[in-house]
Amino acid sequence: MTRSEPYFAQPMTSILSILGDRFGAAVLDTVEFRGEQTLVVEQSKAKEIIKYCRDELGFDYLIDVSSLDHLGVEPRWEMVYELYALGNGAHHHLRIKYKLSEDSKAESVSDVWPTAGWHEREIYDMMGIEFTGLADHRRILMWEGYPYFPLRKDFPLAGRPSEMPDVAFTDRAPLEGGPFVTSPTSASTVHREPRSREMD
Amino acid sequence: MPETIEQHAAYDSKIEGNIIFTKADAAINWMRKNSLWPMPMGLACCAIELMGSASSRFDIARFGAEVMRFSPRQSDVMIVAGTVTYKMALAVKRVWDQMPEPKWCIAMGACASSGGMYRSYAVLQGIDHLIPVDVYISGCPPRPEAVLEGLMRLQDKISKEKSAVAHFQTGEAV
Repeated sequence: MTRSEPYFAQPMTSILSILGDRFGAAVLDTVEFRGEQTLVVEQSKAKEIIKYCRDELGFDYLIDVSSLDHLGVEPRWEMVYELYALGNGAHHHLRIKYKLSEDSKAESVSDVWPTAGWHEREIYDMMGIEFTGLADHRRILMWEGYPYFPLRKDFPLAGRPSEMPDVAFTDRAPLEGGPFVTSPTSASTVHREPRSREMD
Repeated sequence: MPETIEQHAAYDSKIEGNIIFTKADAAINWMRKNSLWPMPMGLACCAIELMGSASSRFDIARFGAEVMRFSPRQSDVMIVAGTVTYKMALAVKRVWDQMPEPKWCIAMGACASSGGMYRSYAVLQGIDHLIPVDVYISGCPPRPEAVLEGLMRLQDKISKEKSAVAHFQTGEAV
């Protein structure tokens, strides 16, 4: 399919089949949930697929980039890209996910969408996933030199003490018996219920 | 001399000769408490209420505290209005250190007083970990009336200070 065709007239199902035909084995799974389409892809092909979605399928807007921490499961990280097609009233929403292990780096899409730069900096800041090809690879919320990544699941809610002279310091917050954390489990609600669980 | 000043209600200059007898502390405290120039440290939504306190409906100028210059060197009271993150904490401390003595501090709202709802890795659990606080104002955010009440409490506190007495007894700065 080329740009000359009215891509915005394509229904979402044919967009998915175009992607399936073109990238074949790199598309590991397609999930539909209440009209939301999610594509699970190979890490190595992810950027190519994302770029193809923008250039050829009319996904002209990157809503968000985020990451998940599956602590205790290999591979640990999962990247999530939310794409949207605004052009000509298409209003297609596509979520692209891929998993990556703790020792690998994600590929930056900031050259495809400049807005991804800040999203990726936030992911680096909060979860510590590093990116190749990200020009401005700094923290975005915490200060340079803060030694932890606070959104990781093994980071305690109360925080950890740290000290950077003349820049900033942190301390543990009093939680009065907390933090009260839910556990993801298929067991009964008794196991899942929020309880005091100290990570450190 | 214009007649209006000559016939001032408080005293008759013909009789009293432009002299008022009072205590040094009473005069100093009266001047200090009625010209409390705030250093607004607006860090979150409390700053909006602080602006409301300064505006015409609540009019903090009635208490002589309308001069918000954003210059620590001309300030008497730092009003910490909002969430103090660890990233901001040392900057707040630095501004406090730049304020000349005598100086006071009001912790406005739950966050500045205790960290508020942010029991978090990123938020300082009360500005009193870094600088001494004279008055804590509860609320999330406090109403402008509460800010004015806090200011009046601070004025009461200042009016009881014995700085001149301390100066003459121990040589401390007034």
